[in-house]
Amino acid sequence: MANEEAINRRAEREGEIELFREMLRIRRFEEKCAELYGAGLIRGFLHLCNGEEAIAVGAMHELTNEDAIVSTYREHGHALARGLPMGGVMAELYGKANGCSGGRGGSMHLFDLTRRFYGGYAIVGGGLPIAIGLALAERMRRGRSITACFFGDGAVAEGEFHESMNLAALWGLPVLFICENNLYAMGTALHRHQARTDIAARASGYGMEAIAVDGMNISAVREAVREATAAIRRDSRPFFVEARTYRFRAHSMYDAELYRDRAEVENWKQRCPLALHSARLAITEAEMAGLESSIASEINEAISFAEAGEWEPVSAAFA
Amino acid sequence: MAMSTYREAVRAGLREALAGDARVFLMGEDVGRYGGAYGCSRGLLEEFGEERVRDTPLSESAFVGAGIGAAIAGMRPIVEVMTINFSLLALDQIVNNAATLRHMSGGQLRIPLVIRMATGAGRQLAAQHSHSLEGWYAHIPGIRVLAPATVADARWMLGRALEDPDPVMIFEHAALYPLEGEIGERPAAPGIERAAVRREGSDLSLITYGGSLGKSLEAAEILASEGIAIETIDLRSLRPLDEETIIGSVCRTHRAVIVDEGWRSGSLAGEISARIMESAFDELDAPVRRVCSIESPIPYAKHLEEAALPSVAGIVATAREVLR
Ligand SMILES: Cc1ncc(C[n+]2csc(CCOP(=O)(O)OP(=O)(O)O)c2C)c(N)n1
Ligand SMILES: [Mg+2]
Repeated sequence: MANEEAINRRAEREGEIELFREMLRIRRFEEKCAELYGAGLIRGFLHLCNGEEAIAVGAMHELTNEDAIVSTYREHGHALARGLPMGGVMAELYGKANGCSGGRGGSMHLFDLTRRFYGGYAIVGGGLPIAIGLALAERMRRGRSITACFFGDGAVAEGEFHESMNLAALWGLPVLFICENNLYAMGTALHRHQARTDIAARASGYGMEAIAVDGMNISAVREAVREATAAIRRDSRPFFVEARTYRFRAHSMYDAELYRDRAEVENWKQRCPLALHSARLAITEAEMAGLESSIASEINEAISFAEAGEWEPVSAAFA
Repeated sequence: MAMSTYREAVRAGLREALAGDARVFLMGEDVGRYGGAYGCSRGLLEEFGEERVRDTPLSESAFVGAGIGAAIAGMRPIVEVMTINFSLLALDQIVNNAATLRHMSGGQLRIPLVIRMATGAGRQLAAQHSHSLEGWYAHIPGIRVLAPATVADARWMLGRALEDPDPVMIFEHAALYPLEGEIGERPAAPGIERAAVRREGSDLSLITYGGSLGKSLEAAEILASEGIAIETIDLRSLRPLDEETIIGSVCRTHRAVIVDEGWRSGSLAGEISARIMESAFDELDAPVRRVCSIESPIPYAKHLEEAALPSVAGIVATAREVLR
């Protein structure tokens, strides 16, 4: 009996370490992207998600392969957590034909139909109506899958947000709205762009269940998303999860960060979702070294894959 | 030959699409209980039920985007936007999503979506309800743009549009709905992508589409009584343009006038004129001319609205100048 308990406890810890590994994998991937951007190998807009990893990993763990994902331009974490091979994502950032969007989309537009990853959308709020349509098709076919739609706090000010919330609630569509509230829309702080800063409370005004959760705590995120997906499947209603988080890096690669204090950023870094989780698990130095080295080699392989990729012939792109 | 109104022809096309394919559904503002702002979907709710004839809230962006999402998921949505004027609220979804997703996903996503709407002026609805902006949509790679000008095209174009795996927009000129005409036969392929020569002639090519076809044919009739043979071309597809038919005609007549209810600046008429210049410059015996709407918001008062839009008299006068 005691033995069984110990086995269970070990399996549970291994599961939690796997979650940590996925977050670390995203963190290291993003750091490498910044470096490659500096070296001129990645171009265009690049939005990194450092600080927000617990939401991507936590949410994806509660979704099934049958569920559909709609995301934003800040979607590397979502894509990796969803299971898109890192090589295809990296190659996409390089603009190569072996990228997950054939090199035509870039950082902001990762797609992988085989994993029901329906893309990064770079018009703020623009992905929400798409999620509504995916869910509508599912409903009309009497399917059971959920469409999870990620977006930022900034999107909450858009008309498309309002229209989509109303439509999802009105038609009882199986949509999981996940608002990554990182307190800023570019340089505009939440209280400077929302009349009502309690986003979950606002969402409930549309007639759907809404909860706010600590987005820096992966266990809390998982619990919230578990509750949400169960409710969606049970009641055939949309559900809204506001994950309160913070982005540790600049908005994109062109951002002097004039709008926030270093101290504020440092304060939030104290609540780093990776640090919180590893402390909770008491991850050992040896375990950590093992994770770091396996992730580093995966990233190196992804870069090799991207570098080996071909450029799509111009004639093929415009055929 | 069976006769019908344009409105009934649209409805027959919708009914056939809904009956023939379980993936097809119609959604838009007032398409169900109300029967469609122009009556095109009257009776379809009763026949096919609320799920497939779906009334939407006033949320142009969300329901057009939902059409895109449902199409991505394998449905065959027909989205009706009440009029082109309100489609401006869905421009983001049409231009940034429908038109780009196939390309941007490296070909992974296909969007077999049809977006229909009424367009055009002529019913004293004033400036906010009289736009002819289909030329704007024809500017966008990634969507196909159709303009049925006849009862037969109103009947048959929808089915062809639904066969397209990429987004198609269909613009129905609001003044055409009461028009009576022959339904004709189901056209053989290639159908919708080719322009139609509605009247043959050797003296001048009158190139037009949609709500201006009737005026153009009337003008051709008047000039015929003076012994002038006007060839009248109905574009039918605004994107892609059937250059072969346009250029072929100009090479026979050596003169061209384009009739387009859009404003002249930055218009589809300008595009057609440029293509004639590029491909048939040496064939031209006179400069290409355009008959478009006056560059002003469309006024309410009847005499002002009439003066603002292409007219039969204006087309006749322009054709005469080109033939002089
Ligand atoms: C409709 C629209 N307006 C403006 C922009 C420029 N823009 C890109 S990201 C952004 C801020 C969005 O903030 P938020 O939704 O909170 O997401 P975050 O970047 O914080 O993840 C802005 C204004 C845009 N892409 N789309
Ligand atoms: Mg934000």
